[in-house]
Amino acid sequence: MANNSLLKSSIAKKVAMALSGLFLISFLSLHFFINLISVFSADTFNFMSHFMGYNPVIQFVMQPVLVAGVIFHFVMGFVLELKNRSARPIKYTNYNGAANASWASRNMIISGLVVLAFLGLHMYDFWFQEMIYKYVDVNAIEETRYFPELVHKFESPVRTGLYCVAFVLLALHLWHGFNSSFQSVGFDNKYAKALHKLGYSFAIIVPFGFIFIALFHHFNQI
Amino acid sequence: MKLKLKIWRQPNAKSSGKIVDYFVDGIESDMSFLEMLDILNEDLIQKGEDTVAFDHDCREGICGSCSLFINGEAHGPDRGIPTCQLHMRMFKDGDEIYIEPFRAKAFPIIKDLVVDRSSFDRIQQAGGFVSINTSGNPVDANTIPIPKHDADRAFDAATCIGCGACVATCKNSSAMLFVAAKVSQYALLPQGKVEATDRVLNMVAQMDAEGFGNCTNTGACEVECPKGISLETIARMNREYLSASLKG
Amino acid sequence: MALDSKIPSGPISDKWTNYKDHINLVNPANKRNIDIIVVGTGLAGSSAAATLAELGYNVKTFCFQDSPRRAHSIAAQGGINAAKNYQGDGDSTFRLFYDTIKGGDYRSREANVHRLAEVSTNIIDQCVMQGVPLAREYGGLLDNRSFGGTLVARTFYAKGQTGQQLLLGAYSAMNRQIGRGKIKSFARHEMLDLVVVGGKARGIIARDLVSGEIERHSAHAVVIASGGYGNVFFLSTYAMGSNATAAWKIHKKGAFFANPCYTQIHPTCIPVSGDHQSKLTLMSESLRNDGRIWVPAKLEDAKAIREGKKKPTDLSEEERDYYLERRYPSFGNLAPRDISSRAAKERCDAGFGVNKTGEAVYLDFADAIQRYGKEQAFVKGLDANDKALIIKLGRAVVASKYGNLFQMYEKIVDEDPYTSPMMIYPAVHYTMGGTWVDYNLQTTIPGCFSIGESNFSDHGANRLGASALMQGLADGYFVLPYTIGDYLAPEIKTGPISTDLPEFVEAEKKVKAQIEQFINNKGTKSVDYFHKKLGKIMWNNVGMARNAKGLTDAIEEIAALREEFYKEVRVPGTADSFNPELAKAGRVADFLELGELFAKDALHRNESCGGHFREEYQTEDGEAQRDDENFAYVAAWEYKGKPSDAVLHKEPLIYENIKLATRSYK
Repeated sequence: MANNSLLKSSIAKKVAMALSGLFLISFLSLHFFINLISVFSADTFNFMSHFMGYNPVIQFVMQPVLVAGVIFHFVMGFVLELKNRSARPIKYTNYNGAANASWASRNMIISGLVVLAFLGLHMYDFWFQEMIYKYVDVNAIEETRYFPELVHKFESPVRTGLYCVAFVLLALHLWHGFNSSFQSVGFDNKYAKALHKLGYSFAIIVPFGFIFIALFHHFNQI
Repeated sequence: MKLKLKIWRQPNAKSSGKIVDYFVDGIESDMSFLEMLDILNEDLIQKGEDTVAFDHDCREGICGSCSLFINGEAHGPDRGIPTCQLHMRMFKDGDEIYIEPFRAKAFPIIKDLVVDRSSFDRIQQAGGFVSINTSGNPVDANTIPIPKHDADRAFDAATCIGCGACVATCKNSSAMLFVAAKVSQYALLPQGKVEATDRVLNMVAQMDAEGFGNCTNTGACEVECPKGISLETIARMNREYLSASLKG
Repeated sequence: MALDSKIPSGPISDKWTNYKDHINLVNPANKRNIDIIVVGTGLAGSSAAATLAELGYNVKTFCFQDSPRRAHSIAAQGGINAAKNYQGDGDSTFRLFYDTIKGGDYRSREANVHRLAEVSTNIIDQCVMQGVPLAREYGGLLDNRSFGGTLVARTFYAKGQTGQQLLLGAYSAMNRQIGRGKIKSFARHEMLDLVVVGGKARGIIARDLVSGEIERHSAHAVVIASGGYGNVFFLSTYAMGSNATAAWKIHKKGAFFANPCYTQIHPTCIPVSGDHQSKLTLMSESLRNDGRIWVPAKLEDAKAIREGKKKPTDLSEEERDYYLERRYPSFGNLAPRDISSRAAKERCDAGFGVNKTGEAVYLDFADAIQRYGKEQAFVKGLDANDKALIIKLGRAVVASKYGNLFQMYEKIVDEDPYTSPMMIYPAVHYTMGGTWVDYNLQTTIPGCFSIGESNFSDHGANRLGASALMQGLADGYFVLPYTIGDYLAPEIKTGPISTDLPEFVEAEKKVKAQIEQFINNKGTKSVDYFHKKLGKIMWNNVGMARNAKGLTDAIEEIAALREEFYKEVRVPGTADSFNPELAKAGRVADFLELGELFAKDALHRNESCGGHFREEYQTEDGEAQRDDENFAYVAAWEYKGKPSDAVLHKEPLIYENIKLATRSYK
């Protein structure tokens, strides 16, 4: 007799947010790993980038899944935000949110939107041009172009600056999001404490790692 | 001490409300916050004005009636207590104090600071019980040993007084902590296991139908809860819900 | 009219069983056609409503709170008694029966008390099955503690909130029936009159506290479970909204009111701090398991403490007077409530009080902290001579047992009870008196029943700790569902009851007239002004110690205050809206009548027993002096228009199983 409505319920939406978020986190880890290589070895970076760019499984299976994941996470986040706002039609005159919850946890929509805006720029910079390069202009395969392209992108101080700002917001998004996603799927056992620490470390190390890479290339132009 | 109060006044559910300023004098630090409001109301009666309506009953922190949003926080600035146990020593002479009702679509205002929390009752009617007959002849209580650790955690969840501070303080007006406390209490006890699947599905469905928002794990509810109900209960409910959904 | 208590014949231990075997039952198909109204949703009301609905009756419940779960049973802290003998310390049904009769100072009805003791064990079974998280030992079985007036540990508990857990259990059972459509719950509703048709209770008039609308509800039986009337004192441990209106309205319609003067003054409450005070907070009796009560032995020390020149911790053991241990060595700090309260008052009156007002004694946990600390050090193999460590370990144990009470104390008093002893003083806590009921829990109005604290039957002149929860649930879960069937069996012929009957119209008219009177009154004083004044009269003249002169004065003063009230009260707002002042006005109007009857009853009872202490009737060492020859009866008062005209009816109390004896806890 139970009302089973997994896809409609608030908890289901919350779990879907969590799972899509965790999926994006795994992608982010991979992306970070490859970018980090660029600091140490241009050749390895080129090799990996080429693999990612031309492996059919990655291009035609993983890439669409990733895009779908991003869109889902964004749309769902937005839908939930609207629904949550409507759950309190008359706002408080005086609401001291800082008294009991972190800025990051209360403003996921802001950090999320900034990251999303950055994603737009990022897509324009890399992915969009890469698509034109490969599938519209159908250029010949050139396995060593990735590293110079990367370094070149970070030449502009404005772009590097925007990049840094976006990653600070991403750090805030992850600061809440990483652990929140585990709470949402009900993870609560003796490993929970360690996982919390991991979550906070991830939220710091990865975005600031990206910032380091950007600054590294900005100051080490070829 | 002398205080400036900014209080939400709203004559009834249908009309709109606004913040009205009041001044009270001669407030002592030993007074409770509600006694301070008693003094204001006594003043208003003397002036022939309508009193400020607010919910309160036991005034010892257990009935869960009182429900004020004071200076931007559910039950005010002190921790681990509902409004009735808030004392004026938390404030100082000349302070300006905002007093608003608990706000949520699922808690419509009845008058001034009084809200309708019957949505909580309906959630519990959807499954917050063990279906055993009360007039029957149950087995001896000690035939069901329960590990102390489980019994204690079930008790901790059961300490919820149903005040609604979790909803009031949540930026999303989510009732997850309340529902999770109820679900947890039964999930931790063998008596509750039999109906666990239906219970969590039905209670969550009712919670959603009442118009509460979604939980985004900000943790504000745990901080403001007068009984210190833990976020672990929410994790447990999420787990219970997922496994119940998969079972169908 | 002669009172018939309808006690079944036969040996006491068989009465209830035999009775159940022979009562009339209602056929399950017919139960569907019978409506029952339950007023009040505390332990008694909600357990009764749930059980009656489960049996198949159509139930309507009424409570003034915004949810049935908030009834004041929720505030009970310490525990619930049951003769389970899980501790193997010699407990039995008979011993619980005996302790309750003795604790009540031989002023309760034997048959009712024995039945209570019999069903007590069922309550625990029932509640555990419902998922009530009672405290457990490490082996997984239920734990017990000890309460005042007994020599066994038979009290089950859930930390300091046993009442809330038991009430939520009963409320959950109610919710199940609401979900099934068998109970219709009317929250934020207040019963304002009983409707009697052809001599039988047939319904009520209620006010919707939100809309102000006056409603008529009919039923084949009306159950009053509205609790006690302790708020007649204004300051008490009752909830602000607790009131006697339902009980008083049925009294005015013909239900006798029994022993109104039997009031429990609880010894361990947080003392009054000032005139602004609206409410007193109890510190559970369970604290007396570990806390020791004392005052300074020397007057000059007491004075120095009051003036802030000395601290309690400055006094050595020899400078302290553990007066309960001194006067009652065998029960010590666990002497019954009435005796402990009077002992505290005696010391304070003699000038040994320890707070600014001189009305407080100490409840000290230093010894308990030492004892538990040493125990823990031994168990954990740590150094028992390390004083700081012992205190740390001991405090942790005390915190695990009473943590929430200590926190509550600190929030209110702003003092840490772990380092400095608590200050406590007696306060009004419970009323043993109430509507007179027979063995069936039926009042003198056929079809009108009264259960839980609102009736008078089980606690005599003094209630033992942890017995109120037991009685509320016993009445609701296990007694009323049987006895009401006996009344309702012939009622199946009645059919639906119309609310258009002239009796409903008339009752509604009277209710509306009183409301109009309040709203239109051109007075100048608030309802609270009168309530506080009434409370002062009651506390000073009808409180812990009473005498003929004070009581006579009180009767006059209350009557005069009542007159002033109707002239001078000002009720703001309107009748057809949410109006808390209007609701309060109606309640205080009833208290102003009840208070007078209360004093009248106290004046007529020329003896001291339990919570009723008449200064004229005491032994040489200040103990209560009962007069069994002349007062071994229940005083049931019949309403005749004014409290002063109330007519006394006596139900003799016959003790066949327990010998009447002077109560001794020495």
